Amino acid sequence: MRTTERPAVPPRSSAPLTLRLNGRDATFVVEPNVTLLDLLRERAGLTGTKKGCDRGQCGACTVLVNGRRTLSCLALALVHAGDEITTIEGLANGGELHAVQAAFVEHDAFQCGFCTSGQILSAVAVIAEGRAHSDAEISEAMSGNLCRCGAYPNIVAAIAAVQGAG
Amino acid sequence: MRAFEYVVADSSAAARALAREVGAARFYAGGTTLVDLMKADVERPQRVVDISRLPLTAIERRGDVVRIGALARNSDVAYDATVAQAFPAVSEALLSGASGQIRNSATIGGNLLQRTRCTYFRETRWRCNKREPGSGCDALDGFNRGHAILGTSDACIATFPGDLPVALAALSAHVVIEGDAGERTIALEDLYLLPGDEPQHETSLAPGELITAIELRVEPLHARSHYLKVRDRASYEFALASVACAVELDGGRIAQARIALGGVATVPWRAVDAEAALAGAPPDDSAFRHAADVALSGARTRAHNGYKVELAKRAIVRALRTVCGGAA
Repeated sequence: MRTTERPAVPPRSSAPLTLRLNGRDATFVVEPNVTLLDLLRERAGLTGTKKGCDRGQCGACTVLVNGRRTLSCLALALVHAGDEITTIEGLANGGELHAVQAAFVEHDAFQCGFCTSGQILSAVAVIAEGRAHSDAEISEAMSGNLCRCGAYPNIVAAIAAVQGAG
Repeated sequence: MRAFEYVVADSSAAARALAREVGAARFYAGGTTLVDLMKADVERPQRVVDISRLPLTAIERRGDVVRIGALARNSDVAYDATVAQAFPAVSEALLSGASGQIRNSATIGGNLLQRTRCTYFRETRWRCNKREPGSGCDALDGFNRGHAILGTSDACIATFPGDLPVALAALSAHVVIEGDAGERTIALEDLYLLPGDEPQHETSLAPGELITAIELRVEPLHARSHYLKVRDRASYEFALASVACAVELDGGRIAQARIALGGVATVPWRAVDAEAALAGAPPDDSAFRHAADVALSGARTRAHNGYKVELAKRAIVRALRTVCGGAA
């Protein structure tokens, strides 16, 4: 399946990368082994996207890629040339919170806050997908976002409230 | 993650050529398995060939055959109206796997090649014949609660982790493969190799070959199908046992049945003898239980996975009850 031979000098060919980041063009020079998550946090300074497990198991790194929720830890940055990336920093409209952000505050849908960026980005997409209506369906749709504080009932309530208001 | 060379392919032919130029190349479709295993140092490609933008995403019906492009995303296929109606087990299997985020990235072709979740494979401190051929297998006498009971060998008991391929096995899907000599189409089951003495060889793909599509046939048998997944959590977890089944009823009897098992075998496991046992039988618990006994008759258990025999049997009975429910 794999060979153990390695080139004497590993290739480190950095490449230019331009993508749309929260509505603006952003250009970087990136090594191939940089993930989208590390690009956002380390290169773009957008530390609202959290690095939890970094292995695709917790959902803390969830961002929107062309409007679809995606785990930024399991994606190479270079793969996303030209894509529209939305992070938690890109949701509010100036000083006005996004409806899902406001609902999370209203319904006390977090405690420590570490998972919250990912929860909110995932929730925005779940609402846009429009397939989760009952509390059970919302829980299933949100199962890729873990919350170790156990704020799940309030997260479900926040999402249900936004959907009900819509 | 180790360093590697990143190249973008602008055609499937170019992708195959780029992959063959170096000894250790990997195609990047959705990236969800590959990036994970590269971080774990299990996958160490010299070159990653990005195929994610190739135009292989269509879901098309031609006559009685539905062809799904290898780069169609799991979520798009799961919610496709034709797939959900003609192949319910496929849609259910896709939606039972991973999370909404991962399903948005993961591709159909990549999902066929998903690697095992065996801890001893995924963590390099253990011996693993799949990861390091000939090194031994620490799962055999290790903590093997999640490991396979069908299709195992003395070299490997790693469980095939997928859901979709189990449903595809039950629905007699075919895999379209592009190589230098053109396109070839094989039965899904012929894609997978039992571990035997060389568990490092998992598929019948030749170097430089690329999966470009899967094909499913529209027929009444496939429309009455179901995927049942049993796991430790309600969601976002791999199967301890899963069952894909399809049944065609005729005059109060089972005309034909298809059963495939996941979570208990080293490959997507088609239970052909159990299918034969159901043919002509009434759709009742007695027949279902007999078929389940037949399906698990060859099970070989280890220290911690003996429970999977009864679990799989009960899952088979429940899945058959579900698929035969409301029978006309």
